[in-house]
Amino acid sequence: MRHKSLAEFGLPVELAEPHAPVVLFDKVNLAFDEKVILRDVTFSVRAGHTKIFLGASGAGKSTILKLMLGLLRPDSGTIWVLGHRVDEMTETQLMGVRHHMGMVFQEGALFDSFTVGENVGYKLYEETTLPLPEVRQRVEEVLGFVGLSEHIDKQPSELSGGQRRRVAIARAMAAKPTLLLYDEPTTGLDPITSLTIDAEIIKLRDLEAVTSVIVTHQLRDAFYVATQSASRDVAGDLKISPATQAKINEADFVMLKDGRIHFEGSADELRSSADPYMQTFLS
Amino acid sequence: MTDVRQTWLIEWLKKALLEVQEYFKLCVAAGRGAVSRPFYARDVMEQIDIIGLGSLTVVVLTGFFTGAVLALQSGMTLDQFGARPFVGRLISASMIKELGPVLTALMLAGRVGSGIAAELGSMVVTEQISALRALGTDPIRKLVVPRVLAGSLMCPILTVVANAVGLTGGWLIALTQLRVPSGVYWSSVVQGLYIQDVWMGLIKPVFLGFVIVTIGCHVGLRTSGGTQGVGRSTTNAVVAASVVVLVVDFFLTRLLISIFF
Repeated sequence: MRHKSLAEFGLPVELAEPHAPVVLFDKVNLAFDEKVILRDVTFSVRAGHTKIFLGASGAGKSTILKLMLGLLRPDSGTIWVLGHRVDEMTETQLMGVRHHMGMVFQEGALFDSFTVGENVGYKLYEETTLPLPEVRQRVEEVLGFVGLSEHIDKQPSELSGGQRRRVAIARAMAAKPTLLLYDEPTTGLDPITSLTIDAEIIKLRDLEAVTSVIVTHQLRDAFYVATQSASRDVAGDLKISPATQAKINEADFVMLKDGRIHFEGSADELRSSADPYMQTFLS
Repeated sequence: MTDVRQTWLIEWLKKALLEVQEYFKLCVAAGRGAVSRPFYARDVMEQIDIIGLGSLTVVVLTGFFTGAVLALQSGMTLDQFGARPFVGRLISASMIKELGPVLTALMLAGRVGSGIAAELGSMVVTEQISALRALGTDPIRKLVVPRVLAGSLMCPILTVVANAVGLTGGWLIALTQLRVPSGVYWSSVVQGLYIQDVWMGLIKPVFLGFVIVTIGCHVGLRTSGGTQGVGRSTTNAVVAASVVVLVVDFFLTRLLISIFF
């Protein structure tokens, strides 16, 4: 598969070094008119790790993902993604960075005039020079990964909510991104379907080494993703099992409140927090 | 009270200026997208089919009945001067110079402008536009440029069709109701036309098509407020495009007259 290189987009900086943060927010502020969305938000995400943003509706969680993608620009502060300062890039330059990222939108945001297969292979069909048979092969591969191979020729409207979310995940992963952003991936889904989505996120992180940033207010799903890991046994069968402590430590939780970071820490630290707001949120 | 009115007026002016600025920015971006890569040729063909062939029925019906009613009305007036045989001249001059381009444009504003605003508006509120950008596609190049090119190309072609059908409608009425022989009608049609008229009738729709589509795209892409917002955008696109079509037609006609005559 050939993506356009970053140099082709006029980007001078190399991709992030192996252990450097994949994402770095430094004192980011954003307001829409009088309404302050983010205040002095600073955090980093390391390669292969998981960052989970929690918070009430309107706390600024989804805005953080849009800032990472360059869909919005901050009023002040700096944002580094994959070694590039995205807050001062042009739209054309941003396309180069976005080629290495994927995003799963809240309601899937599937293109309703395309089939499932066309949605999943969109980036490969339109934005790469990959031959069509190879695109088809990759589309079948990723749809197989999320367990929806038989739905390749269906329209998105023919799928259930959970299936649409899984197609959105397949679309985001089709071009093999190094960073995947999930905006409320399980909101509005029943607990059983939510678990299948959580499993896809875990599989992508552990089997495809994708760095994950997840925005959610579903605590159960957040803890599940943080504390489980995916592996394949000797027969090649997929297994989701409790993660080792080292793996659990690779998942960070961030609680946003009124646009500020109210808490940042591991799953255990979150559970044991005595802060009244955290207690209310966790109860 | 006066202060409140002044503040309201200033806010309204600011919003209007912002809209105009954003509209021109979209036009410039579309122009740049049309002459640089990546270029989505397949989408252009698809839009030519949707805007051109899809609008054929409505344009044919509008053109035919406009030509027919023009013949009926002008026949009565011309009778007062004993000039009934000149009905063809009046119809050709009216249709080709003015009614053909404007009525076709108004039909396209209703059908195409609203469709584009609704489609793009729905894509905005369901985050499909954000998804496009996240997937590395520029929505202007993918969605706006193909529509603008198709609209600017198909509007003149549809106008020619409307003119031809309008003249045919006028001929049918002239023949059956006004008892004007076919030969007299068609020779009158040709005599009433100058080559400048034909150019005017062909140049104007290019700009009108451009205006209709860019307004549809602009309004659609600035949709907010969920499904209610989509409805609002659709209405705004039709109203704005219809009014602007008439305004642009006036200024273009002035300009072309000063150039050609």
